[in-house]
Amino acid sequence: MISTAVKKQGPFFWFTVLCGSAVLAFILLPLTELLTAPSVGMLRETLEDPDVVRSIGLSMYTAGAAALISFLFGTPLAFLLARKRFRGKRLLESIIDLPIVIPHPVVGIAILSVAGKNHVLGQILHELGIRIMGSVTGIITVLTFVGLPFYINAVKDGFEGISPRLENVSRSLGASMFGTFFRITFPLAWRSMVIGFIMCSARAISEFGAVVIVAYHPMVAPVMIYERFEAYGLKYSQPVAVWLVLVCLVLFFVLRMLTLSRPKTP
Amino acid sequence: MISIQDLHIRLSDFSLGPLDLVIPESEFFVLMGPTGAGKTVLLEAIAGLLTVTRGHIFIHQKEVTYLPPEKRGIGIVYQDQALFPHLTVRNNIAYGLRYHPNRQDRSGESMDGLISLLNLSHLMDRFPGNLSGGEKQRVALARALAVRPGILLLDEPLSALDPNFKEEVRNALQTLHQHTQTTFMMVTHDFADALSLADRAAVIHNGRIEQVGQVNDIFQKPVSGFVADFVGMKNVFHVQRKGPKLFVGPLEIHLERPPAPAKAHIAVRPEDIVVHTDAFVSNSPNRFKGHVVRVLDQGFMYEVQIRVGEVNFKSLMTKPSLFESGIREGDEVFISIRPAAVHAF
Repeated sequence: MISTAVKKQGPFFWFTVLCGSAVLAFILLPLTELLTAPSVGMLRETLEDPDVVRSIGLSMYTAGAAALISFLFGTPLAFLLARKRFRGKRLLESIIDLPIVIPHPVVGIAILSVAGKNHVLGQILHELGIRIMGSVTGIITVLTFVGLPFYINAVKDGFEGISPRLENVSRSLGASMFGTFFRITFPLAWRSMVIGFIMCSARAISEFGAVVIVAYHPMVAPVMIYERFEAYGLKYSQPVAVWLVLVCLVLFFVLRMLTLSRPKTP
Repeated sequence: MISIQDLHIRLSDFSLGPLDLVIPESEFFVLMGPTGAGKTVLLEAIAGLLTVTRGHIFIHQKEVTYLPPEKRGIGIVYQDQALFPHLTVRNNIAYGLRYHPNRQDRSGESMDGLISLLNLSHLMDRFPGNLSGGEKQRVALARALAVRPGILLLDEPLSALDPNFKEEVRNALQTLHQHTQTTFMMVTHDFADALSLADRAAVIHNGRIEQVGQVNDIFQKPVSGFVADFVGMKNVFHVQRKGPKLFVGPLEIHLERPPAPAKAHIAVRPEDIVVHTDAFVSNSPNRFKGHVVRVLDQGFMYEVQIRVGEVNFKSLMTKPSLFESGIREGDEVFISIRPAAVHAF
């Protein structure tokens, strides 16, 4: 039953509804088509392919590792950006956002140019036995590079939402800045950290352009989907894509539920 | 005791100082001033939350200028209470105890005392989100005092509260100050709070102290035009001297004692200007005839503006006294001012 309020809406309202429906269809139609295209038999068969399982597993593992590194290094930086005003802050924020705007293959090339033997850092890494090109380390490096801005921005927003006065009071009561961070700031900001973690790993798991330059092998899921598409066509790439999408959706749904569940305090 | 010497603080859009101030032990001191005058900056500098550019801050004769906030023993209570939203009232109040182990034995006792003094025992297991404004402010006070700070800084603790909660917290502040040895330093906009709570006060303007002294003196004897205006002295006049006599325009004004030659202004509080319909009621030497130019409704009071020649006076009258006297705009009236109520600066 359509309420009278909706019936009374003018043409502008219906225009917004029309555009909104177009956007929804644009997003959902290809995804629905993708998810319904392969038969259950094909999906089962694909899942029995150890290469597919390995590549999806590797995607999850590397994206998770990238988000974890972002958490460890990005959290203090996000706190600094949320709390301090200093000269060059805008510049710093723009630098952090750079990985979002740089074309993906360029990211791969840029990382390889630092990790190559012509660069001091590359030589040091070589001395230490750390290989970037064609290695899991390389994939994690690339994914961290592209995912970090999403983590930092989400967590910075979270910290900004917490009044610095809470920290001031905590310190006046005798807590050090470390104590204050762990007893006040962290418990109030952890939800934004989970959101940052999701954003960062979602961005990382979908990365293709940069990964394919740095490490074609070992194969992450997007590279495998591309390879199957190139070698065998659409029909063979679809089941792998479906499994990647499903695994991602389930994981993000679980994390999102954890974040959105009502806190104990109102 | 707080002693501040030659304090300078430079922030990107504001600078404070030079500023000197001494607040004796156990005093209730009030800091007043318009918005943006630097009151909160000064409080946060004392608490160690802002970096001092130059100068010294001493707490109980010990220099603390560069000590971190957690080493100063100074409590702070904000207008918005800043209660930790994820902790119960009990855990909010007990938050600081683990950092003061040597006070733990006694503070168990002192915490119970505070909780009953502030009537919080029925709220201990609640979260801050479920408390009224007054309750939140009482919890914030208990939390700050639980660690027995030498000094308690209060940043407008009453201004965000509804009138009935305000009364409740004001009483709580009075009781707490009587029961502890702590020095209270409170920022306020409200003169009633200053008059009812404070021993001494300071008026701060543009990052500098304009006047410091007994609260009554600040209200009755401002030292500058700014303070006079700020504390609501609505009648501030430039005076001319003719021999020993003082004149505001053509009107000769009598003071209780002749003022020092450097004083070029007089100020009279509006409530000290008495309006009569009859010339013979007052025997004050400051009696003038004029007419009412405006009567402004100010809620509980009326402001009556009287023009005497070229000079405008502002008086305050209660509603009953205005209606009883039947004064209306345009009426001819007489005003009288006691010489003791005229303050020169």
